[in-house]
Amino acid sequence: MAKVLVFIDNQGPALKKSSLELLTIARTLGEPVVAFNGEFNDDVKAVLGSYGVTAVYRPGSADLDDYLVAPKAAYLAEAVAATGAGTVLIENSSDGKEIAARLGIKLGAGVVTDVVGVEADGAAHKSVLAGSYKTVCRATTPVSILTVKANSVTPEPAAAATAPEFLSIEVPASATANAARITGRSNKATSGRPDLLDARIVVAGGRGVDGDFGPVEELADALGAAVGASRAATDAGWISHDAQVGQTGKTVSPELYISAGISGAVQQKAGMQTAKVIVAINNDAESPVFEIADFGIVGDLFEVLPQATAEIKKRKG
Amino acid sequence: MEETLKIIVLVKHVPDAQLDRHLNGADYTTDRAESILSELDEYALEAALQLTEAQGGKGAGHQVIALSMGPAGAANAIKKSLQIGATEGVHLKDDALAGSDAAATSLALAATVRYLSAGGPVDLILTGMASTDGETSLVPAQLAERLGLPQVTFASELEISDGRITARRDSDTHYDTIVAPLPAVVSVTDQINEPRFPNFKGIIAAKRKTITTLSLADVGVNPAEVGLSGSWTAVQNAEPRPPRSAGTIITDEGDAGIQLVDFLAAQKLL
Repeated sequence: MAKVLVFIDNQGPALKKSSLELLTIARTLGEPVVAFNGEFNDDVKAVLGSYGVTAVYRPGSADLDDYLVAPKAAYLAEAVAATGAGTVLIENSSDGKEIAARLGIKLGAGVVTDVVGVEADGAAHKSVLAGSYKTVCRATTPVSILTVKANSVTPEPAAAATAPEFLSIEVPASATANAARITGRSNKATSGRPDLLDARIVVAGGRGVDGDFGPVEELADALGAAVGASRAATDAGWISHDAQVGQTGKTVSPELYISAGISGAVQQKAGMQTAKVIVAINNDAESPVFEIADFGIVGDLFEVLPQATAEIKKRKG
Repeated sequence: MEETLKIIVLVKHVPDAQLDRHLNGADYTTDRAESILSELDEYALEAALQLTEAQGGKGAGHQVIALSMGPAGAANAIKKSLQIGATEGVHLKDDALAGSDAAATSLALAATVRYLSAGGPVDLILTGMASTDGETSLVPAQLAERLGLPQVTFASELEISDGRITARRDSDTHYDTIVAPLPAVVSVTDQINEPRFPNFKGIIAAKRKTITTLSLADVGVNPAEVGLSGSWTAVQNAEPRPPRSAGTIITDEGDAGIQLVDFLAAQKLL
């Protein structure tokens, strides 16, 4: 069976949901093998086995994280050569796409980004032009590289667990010779909320919150959701730029997107219109967001959101 | 003594994202009527101008070259860049380029950068954080890989000194300081600056600036390596997303929050 190489760049004690999604897709395409980087422990090992992974490769040198993407691409090129994989799956983060980009040139392999579904024959589904077209693309090269958006599939362990073999891959010394180096890092305060790109539910606020994200954050917390924002809200400095959803921010495809006080202009729509269910709250009945909302409320978000938050808390007990 | 800088800014002529955009023909290539200079590229041009201004400005002989690859209309993106302040323009134009994917685009651009390096080494290649049409963000990294250069992406601050570039790069959980030797490929975010508008003086001055048009033969690229035939990906099918049908719209009469929760419960989203 053809091998499918999944790149897992693990930056925490447990595997992210998006990594489990990649493993789930990999099993539908062939035999899943993993090129791993980052924190590794017995739990991670057990999860990889439960997802049917047959081999796990790890880099011989541990300093890949000291550089931007280039050495990780060099590592993956070695992993593709060692495994003979015909498909490489990488998460669709900005780093993931750049690693895919460099890997593509190294291997002479086509890269398809922003993939939301993969068929057994390798055809990849994605949206283009800010979600206004759905396309089917494929790499026409012997190796194909796909970067897959979070929430594309539901993670499912394999029917039978495997006992993967563990192997080391030497990263060529040249990989770090002319690479951009990370010389300093300062952590931002963490919110404790799910990552915007991974989140099953996103609650987003825009111009209408008028500087007060409180009601948006409280509803998000009641739902276990991530907090997003329109460009107007981030440009106004009401919330960090990281929260921006839209053409110049993040593109999210959650199961539920709740838009509060956002008009829904093209710039915003580009980032969220592939959400499965869209709920909009806006005091202007003419807002374009109502054209794409499955459930829309013309009303004051400062009334509607707190009422919904209280009701959810009541029902969840 | 300060060195003169030679900076290439990649500018792209893209369909106006405020209008309806389409894919055309059997190969589903992008319809480029109603196109403009990609908004995100203006930040890269501004960053280039600020870097040269920090090192002596206009009189110091710095070069800021606006490079665009594309059909005839791409000249408009270059002209706008010259009006804003680029010192010269280069237009890579060849019928064989039509339909190029990121890999083919990066091949043609890499050849053009090498061609432009013949008159003196290039210090920096600046790009926007993404094109507003293709949105793959692959080209800067692929260009860097082809040229064997470091890439610094999503820079929100930039500084050049001692032949190195230092950048601040924001990610969701942290800020990084990145250092890379020059030459390098650097993409900048829309947080790095406030792009200037062309003023009357700039518009007049742009008329005297040169736009050099190059073909694939000029930069030594075999036409078979680019365009649809040279691309490593293909679009097999494309269809307009069925418009999201608007669902239920209610006006709050005091219980909309409850109705919202009822809706979520019915959709099994709680």
